[in-house]
Amino acid sequence: MMINTRLFGELEIDEERIITFKEGMPGFNYLHRFVLLTAGDDKSPFKWLQCVDDGDIAFALVNPFEIVKDYDFELPDDVVERLGISSYEDILVYAVVVIPEDASKASMNLKAPVVINVKRRAAEQVVLDTDAYSVRHYILEELRRQEVPRDAGINKKKRSVYYCKR
Amino acid sequence: MLVLTRKKDQSIIVNDNIEITVVDIQGDQIRLGITAPRDVSILRKEVYLEIQEENKRAAMAPNVDLDKIFNEEKKQV
Repeated sequence: MMINTRLFGELEIDEERIITFKEGMPGFNYLHRFVLLTAGDDKSPFKWLQCVDDGDIAFALVNPFEIVKDYDFELPDDVVERLGISSYEDILVYAVVVIPEDASKASMNLKAPVVINVKRRAAEQVVLDTDAYSVRHYILEELRRQEVPRDAGINKKKRSVYYCKR
Repeated sequence: MLVLTRKKDQSIIVNDNIEITVVDIQGDQIRLGITAPRDVSILRKEVYLEIQEENKRAAMAPNVDLDKIFNEEKKQV
């Protein structure tokens, strides 16, 4: 299937790679089908979540564990059930990134991570019941605060690389 | 909007399978207990609106190379 996208022009979509957000995302409840794209380098913590139903809509994502190495939350039971998650090996976690005009001020939403069950190609933006994280963590500030070594979260990185190559 | 009056420990039933109970009342704060099927998502409205707003900003993303930006910024630190 070919779709026209605002950011990437014409894109050939492999239907087997479509990820379904059954309930959409807050603000976009009517959009259900997305694909995960790498922007060049497979090792990058940044990805794109391109909407298949509306080519204008694309979210930049980041692997939060590579920016905030102690990022931690408990996946609620109802989410585990809805996404049919049987093992932590099945899931990918990304934070939605907002890129303002000055892209160095990009922020990520750690309060509502996107959780993808890779096996079932089912995903959800999970709203965490915690005050530990907010919807706007500035990536640069977090990097400076933590001075994350380049190999931090390497296992997660390996997993996402593996997925994207499939 | 339907408006009902309830006392502590009283409930309302929505759609046969959702029960909302007034658990406690302390001044202007009310604690609600909600029993609902797993596929019903329940959120504080202000949190939901905040995430909705952030998603709308995110969906307008320009195609920029974030790797390049943050690698360069890190070098400057």
